[in-house]
Formats: sequence, C-alpha cells, structure tokens
Amino acid sequence: MQRYQVILQRLLHLLPVLFGISLVSFLLVQLIPGDPVRLLVGPRATEEVVAAVRERYGLDQPLLQQYLTYLGNLFQGDLGQSIVYRKPVGELIMERLPRTLFLAIYVICITIPSTIFLAITAARHQGRKIDHIITTSAVFGITIPVFWLGIMMARLFGVEFGWFPVSGYGNTFFGHLHHLFLPALSTAIWMVPVLVRNLRSAILEQMEADYVVAGRSKGLPEQYLFYYHILKNSIMPTLNLFGVMVAVLFGGTVIVEKVYAVPGLGDLMISSIFGRDYFVVQAITLFFAVVTITVTLAVDIISTIIDPRVKL
Amino acid sequence: MSLRNLPTTLIVGAGIFLMWLVVALCSPLLMGTDPNALNFEALLQRPNINHLFGTDHLGRDILTRVIYAGRIDIWMGFAGVLPALIIGTLFGLMAGYFGGVVEAVLMRVTDVTVAFPFFVLVLAIVAVLGPGLTNFFIAIAAVGWVSYARLIRAEVLVVKNAEYVLAAKILGYHPLFIAFRHVLPNVLAPIIVYAMTDAVLVILFGASLGFLGLGVQPPTAEWGVMIANGQPYVTEAWWICLFPGLATVTLGLGFSLIGDGLAKHLRIKN
Repeated sequence: MQRYQVILQRLLHLLPVLFGISLVSFLLVQLIPGDPVRLLVGPRATEEVVAAVRERYGLDQPLLQQYLTYLGNLFQGDLGQSIVYRKPVGELIMERLPRTLFLAIYVICITIPSTIFLAITAARHQGRKIDHIITTSAVFGITIPVFWLGIMMARLFGVEFGWFPVSGYGNTFFGHLHHLFLPALSTAIWMVPVLVRNLRSAILEQMEADYVVAGRSKGLPEQYLFYYHILKNSIMPTLNLFGVMVAVLFGGTVIVEKVYAVPGLGDLMISSIFGRDYFVVQAITLFFAVVTITVTLAVDIISTIIDPRVKL
Repeated sequence: MSLRNLPTTLIVGAGIFLMWLVVALCSPLLMGTDPNALNFEALLQRPNINHLFGTDHLGRDILTRVIYAGRIDIWMGFAGVLPALIIGTLFGLMAGYFGGVVEAVLMRVTDVTVAFPFFVLVLAIVAVLGPGLTNFFIAIAAVGWVSYARLIRAEVLVVKNAEYVLAAKILGYHPLFIAFRHVLPNVLAPIIVYAMTDAVLVILFGASLGFLGLGVQPPTAEWGVMIANGQPYVTEAWWICLFPGLATVTLGLGFSLIGDGLAKHLRIKN
C-alpha cells in the first residue's frame, strides 16, 4: 500500500514541473527577435493582413492571456500549426516519432548488454590488462563527437566495405534494423562508456562489502556470490544514471539522425530550425521534455520495485 | 608538492591541454597567417609533404585550419563553462547556505531544467536567438548553470554544519563573509572536477552546433564546421573529416584526464 502512496506523491511532484516546461516552451517563442506574425505571413503582406493574423492567433492579447491560451490548446492536444508543412504539429510528430523511437530502442538494446558485459569483465579483472583496456577506451568514448564517429563509420562500413546503408530508414522491420545499425551503434558507443565506468565502480564498491566476506566465509561459490549478490546490489546507481542517459539519448538522436538522414524527430527539429518553423521547434522541445520526464518517472518507479528501501 | 605525487592522468591531461594551448596561441608562427587561404592548384590533395593533413575542396590546408580552429574550440571550452560555473556557484551557495526563497526557487528551476534533454534545450534556444558563437554561449550558460548550482548546494548543505563554520558564527562574522570566505573554498573542489567534464561536453556541443550550421559560421575554421565541410567529400577525401575529429578527441581527452586526475588527487567521488 505504501508503495502506491510513494508513487502517487511522485506524480503530484510532476505537476509543477509540467507547468514549468510548458512555460519555458511558451517563452522560447517569445525570444524570437522580430515579429512572429511577419514570419507567418511573409514580408510582402499588408499591415491589415498582419493585424488580422495577429488577432486570429490571439497575438494581440496580453502575454498572460496568450500563455493561458497556449496551455489550453496543449490540454486539448493541439501543439500548433507548422508554417512550412501547413499541418498540425501533432500530426507531424506522430509521423516521425516511430522512427526516432525505433532508433532509441535499438540503441538501448545495444547499450545494455555491452555495458553489463564490459563492466563485469573490467571489475572481475580489476587492475589487470583487460581492465585497463576497457577503462581507457571508456575515457576515449566519452570524448568522441557522435557526428564525426557517424561519418567515419559510414565511410568505413558503408562505403568501403558496403555492409550497411549510410542513410535512410528502410521499409521493413529488418530493413529498419539494417539501416539504423550504424546510427544506433555510433550513439551507443557514446553512451556505453559513461555507464560502464559507473557500473564498474559500483561493482568494485560492492565487492568490498561485509556481506561478501560473510558469504565467502559461509563457503558460497564465488560465481554465485558475484551474480546473485554483488551484481544485484550494484545495479541501482547505474539504473538511475541510465534514466538520465536515455533522456540524453534523445538529444543525441538529433545529431545522429542528421548525419544518417534518418527522417525522425531530430531531423524534423533541425530542418524546422532552418525553416524558421518555430512552432515545430517549440513543440518538439516540449515533446522531448515530456518524454524525459516519463522516462525518469519510469526509472524511479522501477527502482522502488527493485529496491523497497528507495525513497522517492 | 612535487610533480611525482600527482596522478599520472592529471599530468598527461595537463600535458595534452598545454600542448593544444601553446599550438593555438602560436598558430600564426607555426602555420602562416591565413587558415582560409585558397589554393586552386591543390584541391583535395591527400596528406603529403607539403600538406601534412592534406587539403580540402577549396585547396585550404587542413593542418593550418585544424590548428587555427583549436583557438576557437579551446575558447568555447572556457567561455562556455565559466559563466555557468560562476552563476551556478553563486546561486548554489546562496541557496545552500541561506535556504529560504532562493533555495525554493532554485529547486523548482532545477526540476524544470533537467526535464529537458540538455542538447535539445540548448538547440532550441540557439534556434530562436539565431546561429552564432555568442548565442551558443548564452544558451549554454542559461541551461548549464543549474548543474553547478545543484552540485554546490549539496556540498554546502554538508559543510555548513562543520565546526569551523560554527566557530566563525560565534566569532560574529557577517554571514556573507562566512559564506564566501569559509564555506566557498571548501566546496570548490568537486566543482572544478565537474567543470572539466563539462568542458568536454561544451566543446562537443559547440562542435555539434558548428556541424549543424548553427554555431561558428563558415568560413571560420572550427572543428565541427570543418567536419561538416568535409562530409560531402568523405568518400574520396576522408582526411578532411578525419583530422578535425581527432583534434576534438585529443582536446576532450586532455580535459577528461585532468578531471579524472584531479578527482583522484583530491579524493572526490566523480
């Protein structure tokens, strides 16, 4: 029963945050230098047209009124109109979302097993050559620009060896897997190092714990001790970090989609920035924030289920 | 304190960083004065004795450009980190030490800011302000200070109950004096370590924006911009992209290693 109360409290905590992100995304568009209406109608429109459009979009209202209208529209699922595509932004996002989601899940599927494998290998051979190799490559991994890695891998595996397509999204499920392999891999190479470092040091910390000595003196086999006790206790901090990383991952897909021309949300965001399609930029920013909150929330809830001691 | 007592990572990292700094500062002496000099007789040349890193589609020397770009990218590291660090430290110190309204506001602002993926928010701010280095710095400072404030606040909460703070209070020092003179120096270490990781991130973001065409504007040499320039030619001329990328990695590595080394030296959990 208490668990539900904790989760409920956590949900209540979200309300001010949701309010805050809506305010930030609203203010984003207010920051645009110049008149947004001019952008909408083009430079050659007459003053009367400008005034009419201004009134139609409620842009002649006081700022607070405008914000409330914006909030009201959001509640009805109306994210605004795209100037370039002449479509509701919500529709555009829904069109692009599956591709970005596919990419993100793909990245996660590569990231989790390799993180666990590398961290365990490094921790079990602490101080030996293999540990040094893994920790050193981790330092490198963090400093590599994703877009550069993407281009270089496209050149090597796509052009030189011809193993993978270097752009696009594919048509079938396996087509997607094939097309998105390099984008997913380059994003994963950037995520794995942080997680490996974290998990490795968590494991090393747990290895020193008293319960391990107790288990060992009780005669538990080392393998059992490691996988059933140490590893279980090391997962928590990495799980929390993983939540943060997934949020960062969505930011990462923006660049990766651009490099590999994957027609996803990030690609839409970039092209909208250049097309000065501000409502799309605004909506995508808001959307990414909502996704991030949801992921963090999910991770928090999973944490309480795994470890009842966790307080949110 | 002799050099021998310092962690190897710190020394190596500082070495890499100093090397870049010297090369960047002396670039006119090393490489001639014009990184944008065109040479239509040497288009897309492979690395050779005249052009150690090759040339690009306009015949510009890649090595010269990589070195000149170092100035901008190192500058990005500093100018991207420092404002966020200073603003964040001030807010975090006030929030942690005095609590009250400042703390309440800071916590709410933090909750909202971390709700956005960092890069997406920076990108959105640059999108509305317009492309360019100054707007990038504004965006990074506007979003980045929050992490510093949060970190400092957490440290201050621990330190403010220390005996020396109590002693200073009993001696009747002004609260602001205590906060800046006694508390601040004792919470700075983790911030410095974090700033090194942050510098790597900022440089990567700056280069990413340059790559997307929203940061430093061509023809100015910047590593991200150079990689974007080379992308259409990557099939026949891989060197245009390869070297600026390697440069980014080495500079990032320098900051990373300094951060790791400092953390080890100051016994901070990273």
